[in-house]
Amino acid sequence: MDRPLPADPMLQIAGAFRRFSEEFTLGPLDLAIEPQEIICLVGHSGCGKSSLLRLIAGLDRAERGSIRLDGVELAGPNTFVEPEERQIGFVFQDYALFPHLSVEENILFGLGRLPRPEAQKRVADMLALTGLSALGKRYPHMLSGGEQQRVALARALAPKPAVLLMDEPFSNLDRDLRDRIRQDTIDLLRKTGTTAVIVTHDPEEALSSGDRVVLMKSGLIVQAGTGRELHDRPVDRYAAEFFCSFNKVPATYRSGHLETALGRFPCRLDLADGSSAVAFIRPQAISPSRDRTAIAGSILRRSFRGEIEQIELAVPGNDGALIMRTTQPTEGDHISVVIDPSRVLAFAA
Amino acid sequence: MTLALSTQTTGRKRAAGSRWLKLAALTAALVCLPFLALLFEAVQGSQGLWSHLAASVLPKAFLDTAILLAGVGILVASMGTGAAWLVTAYEFPGRRTMEWALLLPLAVPTYIVAYAYLDILHPIGPVQGAVRWLLGYSSPREFRLPDIRSMTGCILLLGFVLYPYVYIATRAMFLTQPASLIEVSRTLGVSRNGVFRRVALPLARPAIVVGVSLALMETLNDIGASEFLGVRTLTVSIYTTWVTRSDLPGASQLALALLAVVVAIVAAEQYARRKQRFAANAQRAGGSIERQRVSVPKGLLLLALCLLPVFVGFIAPATHLAVEAYTRLGYAGLPVRFLANISNTVIFSAAATIITLLLGSAAAYAARLHPGAPSAWFYRLATIGYAAPGTVVAIGLLIALGAFDRTADQLASSWFGFSTGLLFLGSGAALLYAYSTRFLAISAGAMAAGLSRIPQSLDDVSRMLGETASGTLRRVHLPLSKTALAASGLLVFVDCIKELPATLLLRPLNVETLATHLYGEAARGTYEEASISALMIILIALLPVIWLARVGRGEHR
Repeated sequence: MDRPLPADPMLQIAGAFRRFSEEFTLGPLDLAIEPQEIICLVGHSGCGKSSLLRLIAGLDRAERGSIRLDGVELAGPNTFVEPEERQIGFVFQDYALFPHLSVEENILFGLGRLPRPEAQKRVADMLALTGLSALGKRYPHMLSGGEQQRVALARALAPKPAVLLMDEPFSNLDRDLRDRIRQDTIDLLRKTGTTAVIVTHDPEEALSSGDRVVLMKSGLIVQAGTGRELHDRPVDRYAAEFFCSFNKVPATYRSGHLETALGRFPCRLDLADGSSAVAFIRPQAISPSRDRTAIAGSILRRSFRGEIEQIELAVPGNDGALIMRTTQPTEGDHISVVIDPSRVLAFAA
Repeated sequence: MTLALSTQTTGRKRAAGSRWLKLAALTAALVCLPFLALLFEAVQGSQGLWSHLAASVLPKAFLDTAILLAGVGILVASMGTGAAWLVTAYEFPGRRTMEWALLLPLAVPTYIVAYAYLDILHPIGPVQGAVRWLLGYSSPREFRLPDIRSMTGCILLLGFVLYPYVYIATRAMFLTQPASLIEVSRTLGVSRNGVFRRVALPLARPAIVVGVSLALMETLNDIGASEFLGVRTLTVSIYTTWVTRSDLPGASQLALALLAVVVAIVAAEQYARRKQRFAANAQRAGGSIERQRVSVPKGLLLLALCLLPVFVGFIAPATHLAVEAYTRLGYAGLPVRFLANISNTVIFSAAATIITLLLGSAAAYAARLHPGAPSAWFYRLATIGYAAPGTVVAIGLLIALGAFDRTADQLASSWFGFSTGLLFLGSGAALLYAYSTRFLAISAGAMAAGLSRIPQSLDDVSRMLGETASGTLRRVHLPLSKTALAASGLLVFVDCIKELPATLLLRPLNVETLATHLYGEAARGTYEEASISALMIILIALLPVIWLARVGRGEHR
């Protein structure tokens, strides 16, 4: 990513706060999004990611804090710009296509401020860009799920919004279709240089889609960074487990290492020697080995999943099964394994 | 990129959204005004007058009203439910036709059926003449049927035109019941005939209650039939207290008593429907009830059973009126003021329909734009008129608008030296006001139902694409709910045309509508003069019935 970053963020959220009920509050949240950046907001349902999107869109009002778009205050103590004035695009989970309007008319809907010929040209451009040129006269109910999604995208992009917000835009699609549409969408956002915030509950989608991933929990941001950062260096157990399932092995911290039944692993924890801790071991970090130091285990269960095989191992000294995922073929009821210490995470117990 | 935003435009847009809420609040206030005026006037009324009313008018009026309601209630419940079960559970010749034909009496207003039968069953009319001829009597003095002008006659006639309310609701309920419920009860040892009593009837109870309460409200609203047939109900008493005695406080006190009856019916309806939620939840999977094929004689019997209410409630009166109208046209041509009456009727009804659609939509749209307690209350208050008899609304408006007209006239006289006359009551504005108050629930309900089928995300996306709240209504909601709105507009229009009591009380001097012309002729005993008007009303009222029949068939084909 070698784009020059201007001084001002495109979208800046500062201290945004909204109380929905006794149990659920959103924020206070701070988030800055750079021009042309694609952000993935991810978290379990009810974490507040969609609520944050609605605050940005102006469909809901924050009680405190401010939201600025390209330096202009959209929402603050004394300002509230109505959603129709914000120049923010929105793609809804159900696409929200107008059922009484054709594809062309749907895309034309937000172009009322353009002179007619110019608006028509923009519609044609958007249809071409999304590969929908042949479907302009059709009505939403005549389209497949993937086509509907593209119409929703084309309609949201047609008025050239400063920021595009997408709420679970791929969750209504079949699994095999989803990956392709997602890639096409990201490509289109890049091509048009659109700043975008994509909300998703799918960890894999979050890691693969954006420049940055923002993980939320209970209305707050847990961690923000590149997908690689969040996956490899999660700030806490929640962040770690959100993107990967782990073998959790009890450990004792001693002089920069975790001591476990499965060996010693170097770590950086701010703990006193002798404190109890937990080693988070990725199933992918365990691999078969003929090394003499390898740990011997007996196989409890195998499940072959095509590319990889998941094996549950009983290992002396470890309660419960140790789960490993490997691409290497293995045979027999017994196997010896090694653990890649660089892929072991350490957390205080 | 620079965004041209100013706080000034922001303020303007925000005002646009809340304008709908203000309009809804205004609508609610306008609807409540006649009822508040009624209360005010009733409390002002002199003590002596009330005790006279309480002693001489009220007991008889209450008793007659109660007997009429009970009789009509039992009759419509059994006829409506029975007819609905027959066309749902049995396959017989002509069943498909009967399905919609049973709706036809809906097109005959109560005062028209009474008016027609007074003539049909007149001692020297066609029926009694035929009976005497068959039995060999030569004059009415030797033999006559019991007089239709009685409580029994009134109950029968009202029952035969009001049962479709129960039929519609109950049939819809039967159609949505899964066949599995019937089948499982049969595997549990219930006979085919027992199914109706043990399963279908209990399931349909909420629908029966809804239908009966609608029929009872129509009964309370009725003024023509009860008066022609000599039944002194509360409604008739209110009317005569004002028209013949000019006693407005007395009329408003009686109107309040009538409102109490309405409230009791609504409360009873709510109470009886409290379990409807369960019934609605139960109606999910599975096909609907399979119809039983019956032998030809039994099929013909069922057909005859279904034909009876259609014949009495529609075919006979409509045919009689058609014949009378044809004869009247033949020897005298169109009545002098017929065209004027028709244009009055259409102009008032159309204007009221437009107002009703506008205000009803505002109440429903405000509730969608600003969900919360205030908009919900505005909606509720704006639609309370549906249960209020026309007489009650009219008396309330006579008080409120009469006071306004007098004040305006006095002010104009003293300040500018000219008289404004009766601004509201003299212009027909009061009549539009009454129609809108009574029928707002129809348009607001249709709009609310239409809106509820539109996902909220369409509102959101429209605003994200730069459209205002009003623009969204125009470009998204109206196109998507136009069928429902048009249908409700038709219903309101026809209800205005059929409306008699409020029209009688509030029409400007010398303005006759089809309904009031008919009433006037019937009051003078010159029935045949008004047969053309009566026929016109029935023909217009058939429009929504045809629409209803088509909808009913389309949904369940």
